[in-house]
Amino acid sequence: MSPAEHSVRYPEVWRRFTPRQTLVRYVWYVAVVFVAAWSLRSLDLPWVYFLDAHVQAWDLMVRLVPPDWEVLDEVVDALIETMHIATLGTAVTVIIAFPIAFLAARNTTFNVVTWSIARFILVASRSVNTVVWALLFVAIFGPGPVAGIWAIAFRSIGFMGKLTAEAIEEIDQGAVEAIEATGASRLLVLMFGILPQVLPVIYGTTVYRWDINIRESTVLGFVGAGGIGILLYSTMNLFRWEQVSVLLIAIFAVVLISEFISAAVRQRIT
Amino acid sequence: MTPPADTKSAAAGEWHTIKLIENPALRFGLMALVAVYLVWAFASLDIDWGRAARGLPRAGDMFARMVPPDFSRWELLIKGVVESVQMALAASFFGMIVAIPLGVCAAVNLVPRPIYLVARFLIVLSRTFHEIIWAIFFVKILGFGALAGVLTLTVASVSFISKMLAEDIENMPPGQLEAVRATGAGFAKFMVYCISPQALPRYLGVSIYRLDANIRHSTVVGIVGAGGIGQVLSASFKRYDYDFSLAILLTIIALVFLGEIFSNWVRSRLR
Repeated sequence: MSPAEHSVRYPEVWRRFTPRQTLVRYVWYVAVVFVAAWSLRSLDLPWVYFLDAHVQAWDLMVRLVPPDWEVLDEVVDALIETMHIATLGTAVTVIIAFPIAFLAARNTTFNVVTWSIARFILVASRSVNTVVWALLFVAIFGPGPVAGIWAIAFRSIGFMGKLTAEAIEEIDQGAVEAIEATGASRLLVLMFGILPQVLPVIYGTTVYRWDINIRESTVLGFVGAGGIGILLYSTMNLFRWEQVSVLLIAIFAVVLISEFISAAVRQRIT
Repeated sequence: MTPPADTKSAAAGEWHTIKLIENPALRFGLMALVAVYLVWAFASLDIDWGRAARGLPRAGDMFARMVPPDFSRWELLIKGVVESVQMALAASFFGMIVAIPLGVCAAVNLVPRPIYLVARFLIVLSRTFHEIIWAIFFVKILGFGALAGVLTLTVASVSFISKMLAEDIENMPPGQLEAVRATGAGFAKFMVYCISPQALPRYLGVSIYRLDANIRHSTVVGIVGAGGIGQVLSASFKRYDYDFSLAILLTIIALVFLGEIFSNWVRSRLR
């Protein structure tokens, strides 16, 4: 090995990447910055608004304190309604998502047609935001918790269905074959071969989704679908900022508690 | 995952499926509790059944007016979609940048306790409130339009990416950290040669996932006036322009689907 070759193979200064890798990396960086700059440019944001943003923000902060605790009773009632909407919505989800998940799993579906339909339902359900579903259901059922429950359910079906279907596809086929070998019917195979293997996943995702739904149901009221959002929206529109801060604190507490419960339950069962 | 088999009843010659909660009293107690809660929740909600019952024919009527979807105003549609995607891109970019310092500050093994607590509090605070609540505040401060939308999505991205980054840094094996510290590397060198090589793949993966999530959320911040396709959708709904609404909804579904495919593709390349 000549000294020149040696110095190429064992350089004095250690580098993680070859020059080529470095070049590729920098091209990526430039591309990302370019895309971001293009987006910002064509969005044509009114940057001048930032000039007095800190004044506005400070003004808002000053108005938020001190919290006006007199509204607490009303807030608690609204919070309970919010929780009910989230929980009932999750319950409806479990009932609907369960059969769809079996149709959306390759190993339990009937044929390609049922599989594609189930997959489309799951994708459509997940793509449309809870608030957009709420817009739709408020137009159908009128303002109130019924619209909220259906909105929560329709958004969650895609989430629960997808995760459950993935769990069904990943089960241990041995148990299924063993039960098939006893001459069990399709239904019995489903009940004793597949269901016990996916139940922990179903419980886990249900609790997880319930926790997300609590957070989502706090804003359903903005489009009239019940819960604390109605109160939040009306207090904001009346510029009663001292009451808004009470609402925000209450939402903060409930979301934190539900997240804590959900994390604790999931840790126990998985 | 599966609890140990109940050997006692197996010895007695009976077979039953393995239950998640072995104690029957606790199991049925919990079931009863859930049932009671559901009934109470259902009963205590203020539901106008007459109005809800009239919903079904209304749904049929609405559906009839929705099909066929009306794509004739496709220029408005494309403009909204492009704005939403641009909002998502810009927000992801800012989110990625701001999340690095916040994520590092929220890693308990790198920074002093007070900084850690402040950073964690900021993350929890921004995560707890739904994007729409943030959007309303930003609209109040900065006026209607895409600027409020970009900031809302940025806040959501920062909290998500920095939380993941902090967890990733906290889970790093202490050996490498010590080894690089032992060479006498300063904080900057420590970041570049120790933290970034270990955290970068997951950070990029999380950021790409967040881009996909931002596309989904950018469709909704418009409902409170923060720009994008959501604003077009909300307007069409308010004008009972249901066939255009369906066209927008179908476009959103397609957009989200494409975003998901893109995000999965990039993340599989990163691994």
